[in-house]
Amino acid sequence: MKAFLKGAAIPLALVAIWQLSASLWGVTSDTLAAPAEIVVAFVAALGAPEFWRAMGQTLLAAAAGLLIGVAAGLITGVAFGLLPPLSRIMRLTVEVLRPLPAIAIVPIAILVFGFGYMLEIAIVAFATFFPVMILSEAAVGQVHPRLIEVARVLKLGTIRRLGKIVLPAILPRSFVALRLAAGLALVVAITVEVAANPLGLGSRLMQAAGSLRPADMFATLLWIALLGWGVNSVLVLVERSLFPDLKELTR
Amino acid sequence: MRRVSPPWWAGSLLMFAALIVAWQFASELRAIPRAFFPAPQQTWAALVRGFSSGQLLADTATTLRRMALGWVLASMAGIALGVAIGLSAWARSYIAPMFEALRPLPASALAPVVMLFFGLTDWMILTLIAFGALWPMLLTTVHGVSSVHVRKSEIARSLGLGRLAYAGKIAIPSALPDILGGLRLGLTVALILAVVGEMITVQGGLGAHILIAARRFNAADVFAGIAVLSAIGIATNLALTAFERRALRWQGDR
Repeated sequence: MKAFLKGAAIPLALVAIWQLSASLWGVTSDTLAAPAEIVVAFVAALGAPEFWRAMGQTLLAAAAGLLIGVAAGLITGVAFGLLPPLSRIMRLTVEVLRPLPAIAIVPIAILVFGFGYMLEIAIVAFATFFPVMILSEAAVGQVHPRLIEVARVLKLGTIRRLGKIVLPAILPRSFVALRLAAGLALVVAITVEVAANPLGLGSRLMQAAGSLRPADMFATLLWIALLGWGVNSVLVLVERSLFPDLKELTR
Repeated sequence: MRRVSPPWWAGSLLMFAALIVAWQFASELRAIPRAFFPAPQQTWAALVRGFSSGQLLADTATTLRRMALGWVLASMAGIALGVAIGLSAWARSYIAPMFEALRPLPASALAPVVMLFFGLTDWMILTLIAFGALWPMLLTTVHGVSSVHVRKSEIARSLGLGRLAYAGKIAIPSALPDILGGLRLGLTVALILAVVGEMITVQGGLGAHILIAARRFNAADVFAGIAVLSAIGIATNLALTAFERRALRWQGDR
């Protein structure tokens, strides 16, 4: 609590100075809004249907893209982990595609899908695919050799070995990958909206900036920060309750 | 990721080439819609055309200049601030939490804010890159500098090192792995934000190049631009990894 107060002291002081200078000298501009105006806009957003629509759009696109990216990443990662030759032969292809910023393929997605949900979902899926693939390949590599031996002794077939040994063993790490990818998905969704797609909170941000409503813009910015923080906190909570001994696993 | 032996590298190079050839064939058989996914040959032709006319070259130079300038600005500010905050117990408890709290905010969400201040200009892109790439640099430096091994800071105390000497001789060298990691992360962010900024402002550069090409339904030009962006990403990453390895050689087996 004391640490929190210390951390909050300077930001609060800055906000107070900002507010004071705004109300004392009536500094108003097209670029900055007084904190009080931002708070009003922040609360007012709660009553605006179009705000909820924007939030829903961002969440839907991010979640759908995340689902596709994580599923494809998990399948590829597990396949690469179980079949090292496959992973080695595909290495260069992966290394060429991986450093490509997801935002760079937005124009292709615009060509293929036009503007809208599909564009954003495709980009989020592309962006989340690679980290999940790499983390799950690493997770398969770290399955305890004894477990693999057990599978061999029991003469389990490929499918049963996968279902009974490998997948349960990599589950906790996969969840960590999912959590990291979820944060990324939100960031990428907002980025696509800011850069091109007329959808969601990112586009609301651009509209507020474009029509010189700084209070609305900063309020939306706050909501985006809150959303990112909320999604991460919820996933951390789920992670802790599902896998209480994960701390040891992910040293 | 596990390292790959040279024969496998050759194999994966062949595989990559085979995929490109397969793409070419699929495209010639019209199995892939050419309007969206041009044949590799068309992309190559667009690359050659772009570089020989100078258009693509100029855009590449613009993006590289913005990326480098923004990254250097962010690195200098991030490392200096990070060292200052990391070394001061006061700053760590009063200032660092503010930065931590701002971390989850996507850097691209700052684009509209920067746009209001600078308009659709070159400055807007530079500020966006510098500001966005600052965070990873700052946070990793703070972490590295403040997590120096206790034994080392005890040595510094018993040697009676002053604050500056401590920073230069102990804190920064032992934070080097974190700082270099931050530099790499910052460079990735810089490339992304350069593209985002260029897409928003349309003031030249590869981001604007590929967006305009997409609006004209010129898929070959889009792919040519993306190929250059990919090359930039790979080259800068490789260069920094090599630099990291050299700079950290004194730390022994890593």
